[in-house]
Amino acid sequence: MTGQRTGSRAAAGLVGLVGFFLVWEVASRTGLVPAYYLRPPSVVLPTVVRLLGDTGFLRALVATVFATLIAVAVAVAVAVPAGLLLGSVTWVRRAVMTLVEFLRPIPSVALIPLALLTFGTGPDTKITLAVYGGLWPILFNTMYALDELDPLHVETARAFGVGRLGVLGRVALPSAAPFVLTGIRLTFAISLAVVVSVELFSGGTIGLGQFILEASSGASQMDEVLAATVLAGLIGYGANAGLERLNNRFFAWNARGGGR
Amino acid sequence: MTPTMLQVTDLGHTYQSKDGPYDAIDALGFTVAAGELVCVVGPSGCGKSTLLRTVAGLIRPSRGSVSLHGTPVDGVPEDLAVVFQDYSRSLFPWLTVQRNVEFPLRGLPRAERAARAAEALAAVGLERAGRKYPWQLSGGMQQRVAIARALAYRPALLLMDEPFASVDAQTRFELEDLLLRVRREQDTTILLVTHDIDESVYLGDRVLVLSKSPASVVAQLPVDLGEHRDQITTRASDEFVELRAKVAGLLQGVPQTEPVAP
Repeated sequence: MTGQRTGSRAAAGLVGLVGFFLVWEVASRTGLVPAYYLRPPSVVLPTVVRLLGDTGFLRALVATVFATLIAVAVAVAVAVPAGLLLGSVTWVRRAVMTLVEFLRPIPSVALIPLALLTFGTGPDTKITLAVYGGLWPILFNTMYALDELDPLHVETARAFGVGRLGVLGRVALPSAAPFVLTGIRLTFAISLAVVVSVELFSGGTIGLGQFILEASSGASQMDEVLAATVLAGLIGYGANAGLERLNNRFFAWNARGGGR
Repeated sequence: MTPTMLQVTDLGHTYQSKDGPYDAIDALGFTVAAGELVCVVGPSGCGKSTLLRTVAGLIRPSRGSVSLHGTPVDGVPEDLAVVFQDYSRSLFPWLTVQRNVEFPLRGLPRAERAARAAEALAAVGLERAGRKYPWQLSGGMQQRVAIARALAYRPALLLMDEPFASVDAQTRFELEDLLLRVRREQDTTILLVTHDIDESVYLGDRVLVLSKSPASVVAQLPVDLGEHRDQITTRASDEFVELRAKVAGLLQGVPQTEPVAP
């Protein structure tokens, strides 16, 4: 990738963003949407800057980000080994897949009331639900990546005396790693959404969702609601961009069509 | 008398397919002496790969036995290496060339791994390519990496499955000469499977000719072309031409004791 192309792509992305803010500004100023609730960006953006200096808000922001990161870490720790197991042992996969297909479509947001009653309003609840919601992309990507595993890679390792577990760790896992990372990107987005949702529901916790809920209770603070929303979006954007850079840095071999 | 490195006795393998059982190889028997380079040539689809995978311990044979320096093969033997035809799928794309060559050396101290890999890469003329990734190299260079990986393992027996079938003719000649040189220098025992008659005669100390499936050994021809061979003069020599005609005749099922009808 040339530097020039990266530059022009970033510029194109910026044009889109500026365009979006312009439409928002115009819609709000002309009364196309109720300006009282949907404050224009010229009001919201300075609020974003002000909030970044506000200790109360920063505590909420950090709480949400931490909860999300922990949820993603737990999801990785659970889903990668589980995916390797389901992807490599046929009878386990047959035994478990029906259960997985039943659990997966349950929206984790629907479980919020149950989880709040079970675990209380502490951070456990939002982390548990975020893990539940975010587990699936990593699990499925790991599992299906093993289906794509090149049999000749496996035979090569076996011919050098590498055992079954060695093949799993030294061949299957690295070969699946780019797919796992793609799963992690999806998982981050889902976990963030679930964490903020739980915070919106449960009183007495600290987090972006709770901040938004409290700010919206007095309608005069709609600029803060929108500013917090914009920041939540920025977190998601930043995480995705960071993981994409990680992918380009470490998994170039996959893009170059190395083995598959 | 050199000791026997590989002994294959009455080897047979039957695959269970949807259309019923299928005999890939049957009643195969031969030996390979230590330090020898034996080429196995046979019609395509005759079960050459099955033979090689059985010797490598990757497939458990239905009948017969394989033993490596006197030890019966049950599972993958420890001191055996394989070079497959498809280098692009046999090298690991996520590892550098250096790490690919070090792959089988796990368990050795780090410094020794690096030293062995460097030595093997130098033997195949790739001492500068260690930090590159396989997919950054040409096909011929990738196959040299695969050969280096096998050499670094210092196997008692090196198995090669059509190792030069996926490279262009020029590269193929280079790799054949490289193999002959490396084997002279390191005294490796090699069993090489090919469908190319000329290659089997050019490389081998002995050529095993297999029948159509189920494969068995039709003939064993000693190749008396000396240690030093040359792509131009050796291939033009009378012995070479005579041997290749003999192998070709055997492959077509022409009986060698009777004259060929005009």
